[in-house]
Amino acid sequence: MLCDACREADASVHLTKVVEGEVTLVHLCAGCAAERGIETTAHTTPKNVLGEFLHAAQQQVASEKGAGDETACTFCRLTLREFRAVGRLGCGNCYATFEPSLRQLLRRVHGNAQHVGRKYLPPATEILAKATTVGELRDRLRRAIVSEEFELAASLRDQLRDVE
Amino acid sequence: MTIDLSAVAEGGLGWLSGGGEHADVVLSTRVRLARNLDGIAFTSRAREGERLRVLQMLRDAMPHLPSLQGGLLLRLEDLDQNDRRLLHERHLVSRELAALDGGASKGGSAVFVGQGHGIMVNEEDHLRLQTVRGGLATRAAVDALLAVDREIGARLPYAYHEEFGFLTACPTNTGTGLRASVLIHLPGLVLTKEIGKVLSGLQAMGLTYRGLYGEGSEVIGNFFQISNQTTLGRSEDELVDHLHRVVSHVIKREHDARRVMWREAGYIIEDKLWRAYGTLRFARSLTFEEAMNYLSGVRLAVGLQLITGLSVATLNRLLIFSQPAHLGYAEGRVLGEEEANVARARYVREALGAETDQAKH
Repeated sequence: MLCDACREADASVHLTKVVEGEVTLVHLCAGCAAERGIETTAHTTPKNVLGEFLHAAQQQVASEKGAGDETACTFCRLTLREFRAVGRLGCGNCYATFEPSLRQLLRRVHGNAQHVGRKYLPPATEILAKATTVGELRDRLRRAIVSEEFELAASLRDQLRDVE
Repeated sequence: MTIDLSAVAEGGLGWLSGGGEHADVVLSTRVRLARNLDGIAFTSRAREGERLRVLQMLRDAMPHLPSLQGGLLLRLEDLDQNDRRLLHERHLVSRELAALDGGASKGGSAVFVGQGHGIMVNEEDHLRLQTVRGGLATRAAVDALLAVDREIGARLPYAYHEEFGFLTACPTNTGTGLRASVLIHLPGLVLTKEIGKVLSGLQAMGLTYRGLYGEGSEVIGNFFQISNQTTLGRSEDELVDHLHRVVSHVIKREHDARRVMWREAGYIIEDKLWRAYGTLRFARSLTFEEAMNYLSGVRLAVGLQLITGLSVATLNRLLIFSQPAHLGYAEGRVLGEEEANVARARYVREALGAETDQAKH
Protein backbone atom coordinates (compact mmCIF):
# COMPACT_ATOMS: atom_id res chain seq x y z
CA MET A 1 0.00 0.00 0.00
CA LEU A 2 1.37 3.40 -0.99
CA CYS A 3 1.78 6.38 1.32
CA ASP A 4 -1.26 8.72 1.14
CA ALA A 5 1.00 11.78 1.25
CA CYS A 6 3.89 11.18 -1.17
CA ARG A 7 2.35 8.28 -3.16
CA GLU A 8 5.87 6.92 -3.60
CA ALA A 9 7.01 4.91 -0.62
CA ASP A 10 5.18 1.99 0.99
CA ALA A 11 2.97 3.02 3.89
CA SER A 12 4.17 1.61 7.19
CA VAL A 13 2.24 3.86 9.59
CA HIS A 14 -1.52 3.36 9.74
CA LEU A 15 -3.50 5.95 11.61
CA THR A 16 -7.10 6.21 12.63
CA LYS A 17 -7.89 9.88 12.25
CA VAL A 18 -10.96 11.56 13.67
CA VAL A 19 -12.17 14.80 12.05
CA GLU A 20 -15.50 16.18 13.22
CA GLY A 21 -16.58 12.78 14.34
CA GLU A 22 -15.67 11.11 11.00
CA VAL A 23 -13.19 8.29 11.41
CA THR A 24 -10.80 7.96 8.49
CA LEU A 25 -7.76 5.80 7.96
CA VAL A 26 -4.52 7.45 6.95
CA HIS A 27 -1.59 5.45 5.61
CA LEU A 28 1.83 7.08 5.66
CA CYS A 29 5.38 6.04 4.95
CA ALA A 30 7.86 6.41 7.83
CA GLY A 31 9.33 9.58 6.26
CA CYS A 32 6.01 11.41 5.82
CA ALA A 33 4.90 10.30 9.29
CA ALA A 34 8.08 11.74 10.79
CA GLU A 35 7.59 15.03 8.86
CA ARG A 36 4.18 15.37 10.46
CA GLY A 37 5.65 14.75 13.87
CA ILE A 38 3.81 11.46 14.22
CA GLU A 39 5.48 9.11 16.59
CA THR A 40 5.61 5.73 14.91
CA THR A 41 3.90 2.88 16.69
CA ALA A 42 5.45 0.96 19.51
CA HIS A 43 5.86 -2.23 17.55
CA THR A 44 8.57 -0.64 15.42
CA THR A 45 10.72 -0.13 18.49
CA PRO A 46 12.27 -3.61 18.60
CA LYS A 47 13.23 -3.21 14.95
CA ASN A 48 14.79 0.17 15.71
CA VAL A 49 16.67 -1.30 18.61
CA LEU A 50 17.74 -4.11 16.34
CA GLY A 51 18.84 -1.57 13.73
CA GLU A 52 20.81 0.44 16.28
CA PHE A 53 22.46 -2.68 17.57
CA LEU A 54 23.33 -3.85 14.10
CA HIS A 55 24.75 -0.45 13.26
CA ALA A 56 26.82 -0.45 16.45
CA ALA A 57 27.98 -3.99 15.73
CA GLN A 58 28.97 -2.91 12.24
CA GLN A 59 31.08 -0.07 13.62
CA GLN A 60 32.64 -2.29 16.21
CA VAL A 61 33.44 -4.87 13.59
CA ALA A 62 34.83 -2.21 11.25
CA SER A 63 37.12 -0.98 14.01
CA GLU A 64 38.38 -4.52 14.43
CA LYS A 65 39.24 -4.50 10.72
CA GLY A 66 36.55 -6.95 9.81
CA ALA A 67 37.46 -9.53 12.43
CA GLY A 68 34.34 -11.29 13.73
CA ASP A 69 32.19 -10.15 10.84
CA GLU A 70 32.66 -13.43 9.03
CA THR A 71 32.60 -15.63 12.11
CA ALA A 72 30.19 -18.39 11.15
CA CYS A 73 27.93 -20.48 13.36
CA THR A 74 29.46 -23.97 13.53
CA PHE A 75 26.05 -25.57 12.95
CA CYS A 76 24.17 -23.51 10.35
CA ARG A 77 27.08 -21.41 9.00
CA LEU A 78 25.21 -18.12 9.50
CA THR A 79 27.63 -15.20 9.82
CA LEU A 80 27.21 -12.03 11.85
CA ARG A 81 27.07 -10.14 8.55
CA GLU A 82 24.11 -12.27 7.39
CA PHE A 83 22.36 -11.88 10.74
CA ARG A 84 22.73 -8.11 10.38
CA ALA A 85 21.12 -8.29 6.95
CA VAL A 86 18.10 -10.42 7.87
CA GLY A 87 17.68 -9.87 11.62
CA ARG A 88 16.96 -13.57 12.14
CA LEU A 89 19.20 -16.21 13.69
CA GLY A 90 19.77 -19.47 11.85
CA CYS A 91 19.62 -22.04 14.66
CA GLY A 92 19.89 -22.55 18.41
CA ASN A 93 23.65 -22.82 18.16
CA CYS A 94 23.87 -19.24 16.81
CA TYR A 95 23.08 -18.08 20.36
CA ALA A 96 26.29 -19.74 21.57
CA THR A 97 28.34 -18.55 18.58
CA PHE A 98 27.32 -14.91 18.93
CA GLU A 99 26.71 -15.02 22.68
CA PRO A 100 28.43 -11.77 23.77
CA SER A 101 26.87 -9.70 20.96
CA LEU A 102 23.48 -11.30 21.51
CA ARG A 103 23.54 -10.74 25.24
CA GLN A 104 24.05 -7.05 24.54
CA LEU A 105 21.23 -7.05 21.95
CA LEU A 106 18.81 -8.94 24.20
CA ARG A 107 19.48 -6.45 27.01
CA ARG A 108 18.65 -3.57 24.70
CA VAL A 109 15.51 -5.20 23.32
CA HIS A 110 14.11 -6.64 26.54
CA GLY A 111 15.93 -4.66 29.22
CA ASN A 112 17.28 -7.97 30.52
CA ALA A 113 19.06 -11.03 29.14
CA GLN A 114 18.31 -13.48 31.97
CA HIS A 115 15.36 -15.80 31.39
CA VAL A 116 13.22 -16.05 34.51
CA GLY A 117 10.24 -17.84 32.97
CA ARG A 118 9.49 -21.52 32.83
CA LYS A 119 12.58 -23.72 33.14
CA TYR A 120 12.91 -26.51 30.64
CA LEU A 121 14.34 -30.00 30.86
CA PRO A 122 14.69 -31.90 27.59
CA PRO A 123 12.92 -35.26 27.26
CA ALA A 124 14.64 -38.34 28.65
CA THR A 125 17.04 -39.86 26.11
CA GLU A 126 15.07 -43.14 25.83
CA ILE A 127 11.98 -41.21 24.66
CA LEU A 128 14.11 -39.43 22.06
CA ALA A 129 15.76 -42.67 20.94
CA LYS A 130 12.35 -44.33 20.69
CA ALA A 131 10.94 -41.41 18.72
CA THR A 132 13.81 -41.67 16.25
CA THR A 133 13.35 -45.46 15.96
CA VAL A 134 9.59 -45.11 15.39
CA GLY A 135 10.20 -42.47 12.71
CA GLU A 136 12.75 -44.66 10.94
CA LEU A 137 10.60 -47.79 11.12
CA ARG A 138 7.63 -45.87 9.70
CA ASP A 139 9.78 -44.58 6.83
CA ARG A 140 11.05 -48.08 6.06
CA LEU A 141 7.54 -49.51 6.30
CA ARG A 142 6.25 -46.88 3.86
CA ARG A 143 9.04 -47.67 1.41
CA ALA A 144 8.47 -51.44 1.75
CA ILE A 145 4.75 -51.00 0.95
CA VAL A 146 5.48 -48.78 -2.05
CA SER A 147 7.98 -51.32 -3.43
CA GLU A 148 5.50 -54.14 -2.65
CA GLU A 149 7.94 -56.00 -0.35
CA PHE A 150 5.11 -57.35 1.74
CA GLU A 151 7.09 -59.79 3.88
CA LEU A 152 9.47 -57.03 4.91
CA ALA A 153 6.49 -54.72 5.49
CA ALA A 154 4.85 -57.26 7.81
CA SER A 155 8.06 -57.69 9.80
CA LEU A 156 8.52 -53.92 10.07
CA ARG A 157 4.90 -53.50 11.17
CA ASP A 158 5.49 -56.04 13.98
CA GLN A 159 8.67 -54.27 15.05
CA LEU A 160 6.83 -50.96 15.07
CA ARG A 161 4.06 -52.43 17.19
CA ASP A 162 6.63 -53.75 19.68
CA VAL A 163 8.40 -50.41 19.97
CA GLU A 164 5.18 -48.43 20.29
CA MET B 1 -12.50 -26.18 -1.66
CA THR B 2 -11.03 -29.27 -0.08
CA ILE B 3 -10.87 -28.33 3.53
CA ASP B 4 -13.39 -29.55 6.07
CA LEU B 5 -12.97 -27.61 9.28
CA SER B 6 -16.19 -29.05 10.64
CA ALA B 7 -14.06 -32.10 11.45
CA VAL B 8 -12.80 -30.11 14.44
CA ALA B 9 -15.48 -29.41 17.02
CA GLU B 10 -15.08 -25.67 17.06
CA GLY B 11 -12.86 -25.13 14.01
CA GLY B 12 -10.77 -22.57 15.86
CA LEU B 13 -13.83 -20.49 16.60
CA GLY B 14 -14.58 -21.34 20.21
CA TRP B 15 -13.92 -17.75 21.22
CA LEU B 16 -16.81 -16.43 19.10
CA SER B 17 -19.45 -17.42 21.64
CA GLY B 18 -19.23 -13.99 23.23
CA GLY B 19 -18.47 -15.28 26.72
CA GLY B 20 -15.67 -14.25 29.03
CA GLU B 21 -14.92 -11.15 31.03
CA HIS B 22 -15.66 -7.77 29.40
CA ALA B 23 -16.93 -9.47 26.23
CA ASP B 24 -18.68 -6.25 25.12
CA VAL B 25 -15.32 -4.50 24.72
CA VAL B 26 -12.78 -7.34 24.53
CA LEU B 27 -13.39 -9.78 21.68
CA SER B 28 -10.65 -12.25 22.46
CA THR B 29 -7.42 -13.02 24.27
CA ARG B 30 -4.75 -14.79 22.24
CA VAL B 31 -1.55 -16.33 23.57
CA ARG B 32 1.22 -17.82 21.49
CA LEU B 33 4.46 -19.57 22.39
CA ALA B 34 7.37 -19.70 19.94
CA ARG B 35 9.35 -22.95 20.12
CA ASN B 36 12.12 -24.52 18.06
CA LEU B 37 13.40 -28.08 18.02
CA ASP B 38 16.95 -28.65 19.16
CA GLY B 39 19.50 -29.66 16.54
CA ILE B 40 17.51 -28.45 13.51
CA ALA B 41 18.17 -25.14 11.75
CA PHE B 42 15.41 -22.55 12.24
CA THR B 43 12.83 -22.49 9.45
CA SER B 44 14.27 -19.68 7.34
CA ARG B 45 17.65 -21.44 7.25
CA ALA B 46 16.37 -25.03 7.14
CA ARG B 47 16.52 -27.18 4.04
CA GLU B 48 13.29 -28.76 2.84
CA GLY B 49 14.35 -32.07 4.41
CA GLU B 50 14.77 -30.41 7.80
CA ARG B 51 11.38 -28.71 7.58
CA LEU B 52 9.79 -32.05 6.73
CA ARG B 53 11.61 -33.61 9.69
CA VAL B 54 10.07 -31.03 12.03
CA LEU B 55 6.62 -31.91 10.72
CA GLN B 56 7.33 -35.65 10.96
CA MET B 57 8.59 -35.34 14.54
CA LEU B 58 5.38 -33.57 15.56
CA ARG B 59 3.29 -36.12 13.69
CA ASP B 60 5.09 -39.00 15.44
CA ALA B 61 4.67 -37.38 18.83
CA MET B 62 0.97 -36.60 18.36
CA PRO B 63 -0.47 -40.02 19.31
CA HIS B 64 1.32 -39.73 22.67
CA LEU B 65 0.06 -36.23 23.48
CA PRO B 66 -3.41 -36.16 25.09
CA SER B 67 -3.83 -32.43 24.40
CA LEU B 68 -3.47 -33.00 20.64
CA GLN B 69 -6.18 -35.64 20.36
CA GLY B 70 -9.25 -34.92 18.28
CA GLY B 71 -7.50 -32.30 16.17
CA LEU B 72 -6.62 -31.95 12.53
CA LEU B 73 -3.14 -31.59 11.05
CA LEU B 74 -3.27 -29.85 7.67
CA ARG B 75 -0.33 -29.57 5.27
CA LEU B 76 -0.61 -26.18 3.63
CA GLU B 77 1.01 -27.28 0.38
CA ASP B 78 -1.93 -29.66 -0.11
CA LEU B 79 -4.42 -26.79 0.12
CA ASP B 80 -5.36 -24.30 -2.56
CA GLN B 81 -5.05 -20.59 -1.93
CA ASN B 82 -8.71 -20.16 -0.92
CA ASP B 83 -8.43 -22.79 1.77
CA ARG B 84 -5.23 -21.22 3.04
CA ARG B 85 -6.98 -17.84 3.04
CA LEU B 86 -9.84 -19.35 5.04
CA LEU B 87 -7.39 -20.53 7.69
CA HIS B 88 -5.80 -17.09 7.75
CA GLU B 89 -9.18 -15.36 8.14
CA ARG B 90 -9.76 -17.61 11.15
CA HIS B 91 -6.42 -16.42 12.57
CA LEU B 92 -5.18 -20.03 12.53
CA VAL B 93 -2.22 -19.34 10.24
CA SER B 94 -0.18 -16.25 9.53
CA ARG B 95 -0.18 -14.55 6.16
CA GLU B 96 3.40 -15.71 5.60
CA LEU B 97 2.77 -19.37 6.43
CA ALA B 98 -0.29 -19.38 4.17
CA ALA B 99 1.85 -17.81 1.40
CA LEU B 100 -0.97 -15.37 0.60
CA ASP B 101 1.36 -12.90 -1.05
CA GLY B 102 1.95 -15.28 -3.92
CA GLY B 103 3.88 -18.47 -4.50
CA ALA B 104 3.18 -21.82 -2.92
CA SER B 105 3.51 -22.77 0.71
CA LYS B 106 6.95 -24.19 1.47
CA GLY B 107 7.37 -27.91 2.10
CA GLY B 108 6.63 -28.85 5.69
CA SER B 109 4.35 -25.85 6.30
CA ALA B 110 1.40 -27.10 8.29
CA VAL B 111 -1.15 -26.17 10.88
CA PHE B 112 -2.63 -28.24 13.67
CA VAL B 113 -6.18 -27.21 14.56
CA GLY B 114 -7.08 -28.65 17.94
CA GLN B 115 -9.69 -28.34 20.65
CA GLY B 116 -9.11 -24.81 21.84
CA HIS B 117 -5.55 -24.47 20.60
CA GLY B 118 -3.51 -24.71 17.44
CA ILE B 119 0.06 -25.07 16.24
CA MET B 120 1.66 -23.44 13.22
CA VAL B 121 4.44 -25.68 11.93
CA ASN B 122 7.48 -24.22 10.18
CA GLU B 123 6.44 -20.62 10.54
CA GLU B 124 9.33 -18.32 11.49
CA ASP B 125 9.87 -20.76 14.38
CA HIS B 126 9.41 -24.53 14.06
CA LEU B 127 6.35 -24.53 16.30
CA ARG B 128 4.08 -21.65 17.16
CA LEU B 129 1.58 -22.85 19.76
CA GLN B 130 -1.47 -20.66 20.12
CA THR B 131 -4.79 -20.45 21.87
CA VAL B 132 -7.67 -17.99 21.76
CA ARG B 133 -10.28 -17.36 24.43
CA GLY B 134 -13.36 -15.15 24.37
CA GLY B 135 -13.21 -11.91 26.38
CA LEU B 136 -10.36 -10.93 28.68
CA ALA B 137 -8.90 -14.25 29.83
CA THR B 138 -5.12 -13.90 29.99
CA ARG B 139 -4.43 -16.33 32.85
CA ALA B 140 -6.77 -19.03 31.58
CA ALA B 141 -5.25 -18.78 28.09
CA VAL B 142 -1.63 -18.91 29.22
CA ASP B 143 -2.21 -21.72 31.73
CA ALA B 144 -3.96 -23.85 29.10
CA LEU B 145 -1.26 -23.26 26.51
CA LEU B 146 1.61 -23.91 28.93
CA ALA B 147 0.02 -27.29 29.71
CA VAL B 148 0.08 -28.16 25.99
CA ASP B 149 3.63 -26.83 25.78
CA ARG B 150 4.79 -29.05 28.69
CA GLU B 151 3.37 -32.12 26.98
CA ILE B 152 5.05 -31.38 23.66
CA GLY B 153 8.32 -30.38 25.31
CA ALA B 154 8.42 -33.66 27.24
CA ARG B 155 8.29 -35.53 23.94
CA LEU B 156 10.23 -33.29 21.55
CA PRO B 157 13.50 -31.57 22.48
CA TYR B 158 13.20 -27.79 22.43
CA ALA B 159 16.07 -25.41 21.69
CA TYR B 160 16.73 -23.93 25.14
CA HIS B 161 19.54 -21.98 26.78
CA GLU B 162 20.01 -21.73 30.56
CA GLU B 163 20.54 -17.97 30.42
CA PHE B 164 18.44 -16.89 27.42
CA GLY B 165 15.53 -19.34 27.80
CA PHE B 166 13.65 -20.65 24.77
CA LEU B 167 15.59 -19.84 21.60
CA THR B 168 13.74 -18.24 18.70
CA ALA B 169 14.64 -17.08 15.21
CA CYS B 170 13.99 -13.44 16.07
CA PRO B 171 15.72 -12.12 19.20
CA THR B 172 12.57 -10.12 20.03
CA ASN B 173 10.85 -13.43 20.97
CA THR B 174 13.68 -15.07 22.93
CA GLY B 175 13.11 -16.09 26.54
CA THR B 176 9.53 -17.10 27.20
CA GLY B 177 8.65 -16.96 23.48
CA LEU B 178 5.31 -15.69 24.76
CA ARG B 179 3.16 -13.12 23.06
CA ALA B 180 -0.23 -12.45 24.65
CA SER B 181 -2.58 -10.14 22.82
CA VAL B 182 -6.02 -8.82 23.54
CA LEU B 183 -8.34 -7.87 20.67
CA ILE B 184 -10.23 -4.87 21.92
CA HIS B 185 -12.88 -2.53 20.49
CA LEU B 186 -12.25 1.11 21.38
CA PRO B 187 -14.73 3.33 19.48
CA GLY B 188 -15.32 5.59 22.50
CA LEU B 189 -11.64 6.45 22.81
CA VAL B 190 -11.34 6.98 19.03
CA LEU B 191 -14.44 9.22 18.82
CA THR B 192 -13.44 11.31 21.85
CA LYS B 193 -9.90 11.60 20.43
CA GLU B 194 -8.41 10.09 23.59
CA ILE B 195 -6.99 7.14 21.70
CA GLY B 196 -3.63 8.77 20.89
CA LYS B 197 -2.86 9.30 24.57
CA VAL B 198 -3.90 5.77 25.45
CA LEU B 199 -1.81 4.21 22.69
CA SER B 200 1.32 6.18 23.55
CA GLY B 201 0.71 5.26 27.18
CA LEU B 202 0.81 1.59 26.17
CA GLN B 203 4.29 2.03 24.77
CA ALA B 204 5.47 3.57 28.04
CA MET B 205 4.08 0.49 29.82
CA GLY B 206 6.10 -1.90 27.65
CA LEU B 207 3.12 -2.91 25.53
CA THR B 208 2.42 -2.44 21.85
CA TYR B 209 -0.61 -2.41 19.58
CA ARG B 210 -1.46 -3.67 16.13
CA GLY B 211 -4.43 -3.94 13.79
CA LEU B 212 -6.90 -6.79 13.45
CA TYR B 213 -4.53 -9.12 11.59
CA GLY B 214 -1.38 -8.65 13.63
CA GLU B 215 1.94 -7.13 12.74
CA GLY B 216 1.83 -4.51 9.99
CA SER B 217 -1.94 -4.69 9.60
CA GLU B 218 -4.01 -1.55 9.72
CA VAL B 219 -6.44 -0.52 12.40
CA ILE B 220 -9.91 -1.11 11.02
CA GLY B 221 -13.30 -0.76 12.68
CA ASN B 222 -11.69 0.62 15.87
CA PHE B 223 -10.35 -2.85 16.69
CA PHE B 224 -6.91 -2.92 18.29
CA GLN B 225 -4.68 -5.79 19.39
CA ILE B 226 -2.74 -4.91 22.51
CA SER B 227 0.18 -7.16 23.38
CA ASN B 228 3.40 -7.47 25.37
CA GLN B 229 6.48 -6.14 23.63
CA THR B 230 9.20 -7.96 25.54
CA THR B 231 9.51 -11.68 26.22
CA LEU B 232 12.67 -11.99 28.30
CA GLY B 233 13.43 -11.10 31.92
CA ARG B 234 9.90 -11.63 33.21
CA SER B 235 8.02 -14.83 33.87
CA GLU B 236 5.03 -15.90 31.80
CA ASP B 237 2.67 -15.00 34.67
CA GLU B 238 4.26 -11.58 35.14
CA LEU B 239 3.93 -10.84 31.42
CA VAL B 240 0.25 -11.73 31.18
CA ASP B 241 -0.68 -10.20 34.55
CA HIS B 242 0.89 -6.92 33.47
CA LEU B 243 -1.06 -7.03 30.19
CA HIS B 244 -4.24 -7.83 32.12
CA ARG B 245 -3.76 -4.87 34.46
CA VAL B 246 -3.10 -2.39 31.67
CA VAL B 247 -5.96 -3.67 29.50
CA SER B 248 -8.33 -3.46 32.49
CA HIS B 249 -7.35 0.19 32.77
CA VAL B 250 -7.92 0.75 29.03
CA ILE B 251 -11.39 -0.83 29.35
CA LYS B 252 -12.20 1.60 32.15
CA ARG B 253 -11.02 4.52 29.99
CA GLU B 254 -13.19 3.24 27.12
CA HIS B 255 -16.26 3.10 29.37
CA ASP B 256 -15.50 6.61 30.65
CA ALA B 257 -15.16 7.87 27.07
CA ARG B 258 -18.49 6.31 26.12
CA ARG B 259 -20.18 8.02 29.05
CA VAL B 260 -18.70 11.42 28.12
CA MET B 261 -19.65 10.95 24.48
CA TRP B 262 -23.20 10.00 25.38
CA ARG B 263 -23.57 12.95 27.76
CA GLU B 264 -22.06 15.54 25.39
CA ALA B 265 -23.46 14.41 22.05
CA GLY B 266 -26.06 11.73 22.73
CA TYR B 267 -28.37 12.42 19.80
CA ILE B 268 -25.51 12.72 17.27
CA ILE B 269 -24.09 9.39 18.41
CA GLU B 270 -27.53 7.79 18.45
CA ASP B 271 -28.16 8.97 14.88
CA LYS B 272 -24.77 7.74 13.62
CA LEU B 273 -25.15 4.33 15.21
CA TRP B 274 -28.67 3.76 13.90
CA ARG B 275 -27.47 4.82 10.44
CA ALA B 276 -24.71 2.20 10.72
CA TYR B 277 -27.30 -0.37 11.71
CA GLY B 278 -29.65 0.72 8.91
CA THR B 279 -26.90 0.38 6.32
CA LEU B 280 -25.97 -3.11 7.47
CA ARG B 281 -29.61 -4.15 7.72
CA PHE B 282 -30.57 -3.02 4.21
CA ALA B 283 -27.50 -2.48 1.99
CA ARG B 284 -27.21 -4.67 -1.10
CA SER B 285 -23.43 -4.44 -1.47
CA LEU B 286 -20.80 -3.94 1.24
CA THR B 287 -17.01 -3.86 1.04
CA PHE B 288 -15.22 -5.59 3.92
CA GLU B 289 -13.95 -2.29 5.26
CA GLU B 290 -17.44 -0.73 5.18
CA ALA B 291 -18.87 -3.76 6.94
CA MET B 292 -16.19 -3.59 9.65
CA ASN B 293 -16.75 0.11 10.26
CA TYR B 294 -20.54 -0.19 10.46
CA LEU B 295 -20.23 -3.30 12.63
CA SER B 296 -18.04 -1.25 14.94
CA GLY B 297 -20.95 1.21 15.22
CA VAL B 298 -23.50 -1.52 15.87
CA ARG B 299 -21.25 -3.13 18.49
CA LEU B 300 -21.05 0.25 20.22
CA ALA B 301 -24.83 0.62 20.00
CA VAL B 302 -25.22 -2.79 21.70
CA GLY B 303 -22.70 -1.74 24.37
CA LEU B 304 -24.67 1.46 25.00
CA GLN B 305 -27.87 -0.62 25.11
CA LEU B 306 -29.34 1.40 22.26
CA ILE B 307 -29.93 -1.83 20.41
CA THR B 308 -31.04 -4.74 22.52
CA GLY B 309 -31.68 -8.32 21.52
CA LEU B 310 -28.59 -8.49 19.33
CA SER B 311 -25.96 -10.78 20.82
CA VAL B 312 -22.21 -10.22 21.01
CA ALA B 313 -21.83 -13.74 19.61
CA THR B 314 -23.67 -12.71 16.41
CA LEU B 315 -21.46 -9.64 16.06
CA ASN B 316 -18.35 -11.79 16.55
CA ARG B 317 -19.52 -14.27 13.93
CA LEU B 318 -20.15 -11.44 11.47
CA LEU B 319 -16.53 -10.31 11.82
CA ILE B 320 -15.23 -13.72 10.77
CA PHE B 321 -17.87 -14.92 8.34
CA SER B 322 -18.10 -11.71 6.30
CA GLN B 323 -14.50 -12.12 5.13
CA PRO B 324 -13.98 -13.05 1.45
CA ALA B 325 -12.81 -16.66 1.80
CA HIS B 326 -15.56 -17.43 4.33
CA LEU B 327 -18.23 -15.99 2.02
CA GLY B 328 -16.82 -18.10 -0.82
CA TYR B 329 -16.74 -21.16 1.43
CA ALA B 330 -20.43 -20.68 2.26
CA GLU B 331 -21.30 -20.29 -1.44
CA GLY B 332 -19.15 -23.26 -2.42
CA ARG B 333 -17.09 -21.31 -4.95
CA VAL B 334 -14.51 -18.56 -5.24
CA LEU B 335 -16.15 -15.12 -5.42
CA GLY B 336 -14.93 -12.10 -7.33
CA GLU B 337 -14.75 -8.81 -5.42
CA GLU B 338 -18.18 -7.53 -6.57
CA GLU B 339 -19.82 -10.90 -5.93
CA ALA B 340 -18.23 -10.98 -2.48
CA ASN B 341 -19.61 -7.51 -1.69
CA VAL B 342 -23.12 -8.64 -2.66
CA ALA B 343 -22.77 -11.93 -0.75
CA ARG B 344 -21.46 -10.02 2.28
CA ALA B 345 -24.39 -7.61 2.28
CA ARG B 346 -26.83 -10.53 2.05
CA TYR B 347 -25.09 -12.47 4.83
CA VAL B 348 -25.00 -9.45 7.17
CA ARG B 349 -28.62 -8.55 6.35
CA GLU B 350 -29.86 -12.04 7.12
CA ALA B 351 -27.79 -12.45 10.29
CA LEU B 352 -29.02 -9.13 11.70
CA GLY B 353 -32.56 -9.73 10.47
CA ALA B 354 -32.76 -13.06 12.29
CA GLU B 355 -32.17 -11.33 15.62
CA THR B 356 -33.72 -7.95 14.86
CA ASP B 357 -37.27 -9.24 14.99
CA GLN B 358 -36.78 -9.59 18.71
CA ALA B 359 -34.74 -6.40 18.96
CA LYS B 360 -36.25 -3.34 20.55
CA HIS B 361 -35.88 -0.24 18.35
